[in-house]
Amino acid sequence: MDEILSTGVIIGILTSAIRLATPYLYAAIGESFAQSSGVVNLGVDGIMLIAAFASFYVVLNTGSIWLGLLAAILAGLVMGLLMSFISVTLKAEQGISGIGLYMFGLGLSSLLFNVLVGTVKTVTGFQPVKIAVLGDIPYIGEIFFNHSLLVYGAFLLVPVAWWILDKTSWGLMIKSVGQNPAAADSLGVNVDKVRYVSVCIGAMLAGVAGASLSISLLNLFQDNLTAGQGFIAVALVYFGGWKPLGIMGGALLFSTVNAFQLWMQVLGVNIPSDVAVMLPYLLTIAALAVTVNRVRQPAALNKPFERGES
Amino acid sequence: MPPKEISETSKRSRGSSINWRDVLMNLAIPLAGMLVALLIGAVLLLFLKVDPIKAYSVLLSGAFGSWPGFFQALVKATPLLLVGLGICIAFRASVINIGGEGQIIAGALMATWWPLTFREWPGWLLIPTTVIMGFLAGCAWGFIPGLLKARLKVNEILSTVMMNAIALQFMNLLVRGPLIDPAGVEAGQYLAQSERLPANAWLVRLIPQTLLNAGAIIAVVLAIVVYIFLWRTTIGYRIRAVGLNPDASRYAGINVPFYQALSLTLAGGFAGLAGVVEVLGVQHRLLEGITGGYGFTGIVAALFGSLHPLGTIPASILFGGLLVGADKMQRATQVPSALITAILGLVVLFVVGSSIWSKRWAAHRKIDALKESEVA
Repeated sequence: MDEILSTGVIIGILTSAIRLATPYLYAAIGESFAQSSGVVNLGVDGIMLIAAFASFYVVLNTGSIWLGLLAAILAGLVMGLLMSFISVTLKAEQGISGIGLYMFGLGLSSLLFNVLVGTVKTVTGFQPVKIAVLGDIPYIGEIFFNHSLLVYGAFLLVPVAWWILDKTSWGLMIKSVGQNPAAADSLGVNVDKVRYVSVCIGAMLAGVAGASLSISLLNLFQDNLTAGQGFIAVALVYFGGWKPLGIMGGALLFSTVNAFQLWMQVLGVNIPSDVAVMLPYLLTIAALAVTVNRVRQPAALNKPFERGES
Repeated sequence: MPPKEISETSKRSRGSSINWRDVLMNLAIPLAGMLVALLIGAVLLLFLKVDPIKAYSVLLSGAFGSWPGFFQALVKATPLLLVGLGICIAFRASVINIGGEGQIIAGALMATWWPLTFREWPGWLLIPTTVIMGFLAGCAWGFIPGLLKARLKVNEILSTVMMNAIALQFMNLLVRGPLIDPAGVEAGQYLAQSERLPANAWLVRLIPQTLLNAGAIIAVVLAIVVYIFLWRTTIGYRIRAVGLNPDASRYAGINVPFYQALSLTLAGGFAGLAGVVEVLGVQHRLLEGITGGYGFTGIVAALFGSLHPLGTIPASILFGGLLVGADKMQRATQVPSALITAILGLVVLFVVGSSIWSKRWAAHRKIDALKESEVA
């Protein structure tokens, strides 16, 4: 047990927790935009997969991480437009549309990977950037200030998203469309347009989440790279009560459990790895059960809007 | 006493003969969606410098071009139909069950453990009890999210997705540990699979030299049972009423959360049966990847069959065929079978996306009917 509780291991776990929170943060905060406007986009995992492949492939061929990031965002945008078209314009059942989007993303990313790349290759992705002065603080510097730009970006997104959703007229408009689309519509808000934009913002951030896996955390691509992280991100939005700060809390909780479990495996501590891998999912269900009645969800969540229907 | 509106519409749908225009509509929309999805797939293949005509012809002939291929398509159609029947029940209650994969695993685990434990029982006792226990195991795995939804309003989409992951890890744990094949371990192989089941637990093979087994017959019979259940019994009527209009159902005194939980439990049971059939009828043992993605593809089959148990039969055969054809295509043309997953995703998007037109069509017909009655 001494070895497990050593300072080095604890710092290692905390550093990993910060890193591993990155995809959850991008995807879940993006999803909170879509959900605040009343659209549940369950296809986040599929978007992440396609974007992860797109950025990986671009970096593999051009060597430019920024072009890779751009490719991920564009891939996310295309998927976001597809999701909005189906669920906003055609008013389809959002849950089922999301599953369709997920299957499409899962299949397409695997198809493209197997045809265009074929074998597991690694790329040189975003490298850790040590922040001056702060990075030199003992322990703290290592845990918080020696990460890649995408990791810093994920945590910067939290206050930015909070500011947009809570303090700008745009955020107010998004939330009004999610709470009472009929009232927003009668005040001249273009409900469909707001939902399109919100879903697409969410999808582009899901794209960044995918890129953070394939060109920052892992620097590779393989079939089903995300392994369901997009679904957990959707659950985190409920967990966080549709608030960026709450989502960050949830993301850190999950990433810490993940980091702990990975480090235990590395150290060869004798917990069956399957039991450890199960933990986050059990935690999600427990978290959903606990949070559902504590926070109010957007009133029009999961409801297509049609004029003239109350 | 149900409100007037519901009882009248139900009478109308019960009493009237088959409306062929409706049937045609329910056929045309999914087929059009399929065609568009295949077209998009073809464009993709062109972009990947693969001849789409060659790929698709291998795909089709692999599934429906020969008897062995067709029988294999039926083998894959069986679990799709069983999962799809559960989806029909759940989706009709507006409960989105994404938990098919986990529920299949629950059934498959039970169908492995039970016959291995009671291996000396005769087949006439062992097989039926295994089938029932597997059904119940699936029910249990569907009941948990059902209860969470009914009691705590936990979103069933998310909870069933999580239940899938938990079941998968649980199976991996068992199949590498307590259930691992002892003969394999002795031979120094640690394959993640269970011991072979005793022969008295195997389902009868319908055609020699094929994997087609009695499970296919069970599935078709159950499709008819589910049809009768949904349209000819009070419980089935209430499940559909809850899905059509939960508010009106509540006013009519229907216990909405109860029927939602019930439909999710039953959906789990049918997916569990798919796991049972895979173990007892096809593999004769538990192994990794036993679900074959049927939990998701079954959703597509049910949607394609307009969430009608009988419509799901041909839809399952079609998708079973596509899965078989995709494997052949991968071997013959090096086009990864993942293409089919992408196409299935598009089919789902188009079918749910097109529901706006079938709704408008239904509204249009209602207005026509009103006008006619006014004239009369």
